[in-house]
Amino acid sequence: MKRFFQQFYLLLIFLFLYAPIFTLMLFSFNADKSRVIWQGFTLDWYVELLHDSTIIDSLYVTLVVAFASALFATIIGTAAALGIHCMGRRAKGVYLTVNSIPMSTSDTIMGVTFMLLFAMLAIDKGYLTLILAHITFSAPYVVLNVMPKLRQLDKNAYEAALDLGATPAQALHKVILPEIMPGIITGAIMAFTLSVDDFVVSYFTAGTTSQPLSVVIYSMTRRRISPKINALSTLLFLAVLILLIVINFRQSRDGRNKKHQPLKGVEN
Amino acid sequence: MKKYLAYPYGVWMAVFIVAPILLVVFYAFTGKSGALTLDNFTNMAAYASIFGRSFLLAFIATVVCLLLGYPLAYIMSRQPPRWQSFYMMLIMLPMWMNFLLRTYAWMSILENNGFINQFLQNIGFIDLLNSVLQPETPIRYLPLINTGGAVVLGMVYNFLPFMVLPIYNVLIKIDVKIIEAAQDLGAPSQAVFRKVIFPLSMPGVISGITMVFVPAVSTFVISKTLGGGKEMLIGDLIDLQFMGNAYNPQLGSAIALVMMALVFLCMLVMNRFDDGSGEEGGLLL
Repeated sequence: MKRFFQQFYLLLIFLFLYAPIFTLMLFSFNADKSRVIWQGFTLDWYVELLHDSTIIDSLYVTLVVAFASALFATIIGTAAALGIHCMGRRAKGVYLTVNSIPMSTSDTIMGVTFMLLFAMLAIDKGYLTLILAHITFSAPYVVLNVMPKLRQLDKNAYEAALDLGATPAQALHKVILPEIMPGIITGAIMAFTLSVDDFVVSYFTAGTTSQPLSVVIYSMTRRRISPKINALSTLLFLAVLILLIVINFRQSRDGRNKKHQPLKGVEN
Repeated sequence: MKKYLAYPYGVWMAVFIVAPILLVVFYAFTGKSGALTLDNFTNMAAYASIFGRSFLLAFIATVVCLLLGYPLAYIMSRQPPRWQSFYMMLIMLPMWMNFLLRTYAWMSILENNGFINQFLQNIGFIDLLNSVLQPETPIRYLPLINTGGAVVLGMVYNFLPFMVLPIYNVLIKIDVKIIEAAQDLGAPSQAVFRKVIFPLSMPGVISGITMVFVPAVSTFVISKTLGGGKEMLIGDLIDLQFMGNAYNPQLGSAIALVMMALVFLCMLVMNRFDDGSGEEGGLLL
């Protein structure tokens, strides 16, 4: 009986979480413009969506920003983790405290601070400001994903490599990096998804041209008309679903080889 | 491996994290002419009601998230491991979808001719209301969208996973032996929960509350989409000063600063609360 209530509660919550998404997806196939009255099946909105150059361009902006910021955040974040690992307690504390600021501040505040900074530095809003801002809020997650892997590392391995005649660069490349690679990859994936998912920071740092998808969606929802939004939601949902399945597969494969590693930085 | 590998990131953080915050502080204390002033803060009194509403709605949303999320996390932590990761994925999946779209989805449900009102009309509930209440002009729908309730609903819908995840993460790490010990010592299951499991899960509850409250109190998207501009929040106010017609980054910075300070204060109070119950949990052990 208790078990039945528990399952029922889970069902209700998942209904609450998914009902809005599924109605949204269902009405992407609606023949009428209405968001609430079903008039028959059509794929017109998908065709229209693919011919909407604003949306296609913004998708391109989103992907460019996500790739560039994730790549750079991964490099600078991994280097930072390696450096922080060798620091004394106090320096480490300072680094990790500042590192945690972007994760604990609200997006709105972060967006505003970036806007003021770029205005003061007289950098025009565009790709550059977007990428700089995205690196800043995603690099902390890379650092936090790489640090635990460094702590698990055998301290003697690096020294042994040096004793055996490897240069520091070689030892890093051949000994350290392969060991911490899972952390780096998880960090990179998180940086990428955070960037794709972001709206608020992009809203404050994007220019009038080259706006990412989320900013374009925002102006579309403000006008609240076209079922193109529903079609777009459906495609994005499927993309995320596929991505999650791939990541889950990768994780469970990792899990069989080694211990479980958290995907999100929530645990710290 | 050398320390200097972290220096580029140190410079990065100084330029893009620390400097912008100092900039906000500086702007908050300057006027439009650039002179130092406290006007921004004194002018803010006019917005007291918006501050009040933001904190109230965010507070309600946080409480609802906790009431819905704790049982959810608890039930999930009691499922077989295979199912746990499946449920986990179900909780995370909507989170990975753009949150503008998730919020937008609620518009068609809550609208005056939306799904809920259509449903109420079809089952005759609206007619029933009209015949019972006898209003001057018969109502044709329940006002659901553009209300404070709709904003809270949007917050709960968007931020519920932030409450569930940390609580779940703490619950699955609680040592089963401790629970068994309490049971062996004769505690009924209610007492086991109240005196052992709940105190031990406090860190998760605290970080869940933080993760829901902070974005909820500063949102401007949810209030614009589901509140229809009637339910203005601090986030809208800040948005208006920076991106809107009222362009006034000095005032906007001051508002942002006060909001950060208030949120910080709330968290301080919360953490004190956490320490107290943490000690209690410690004593029990």
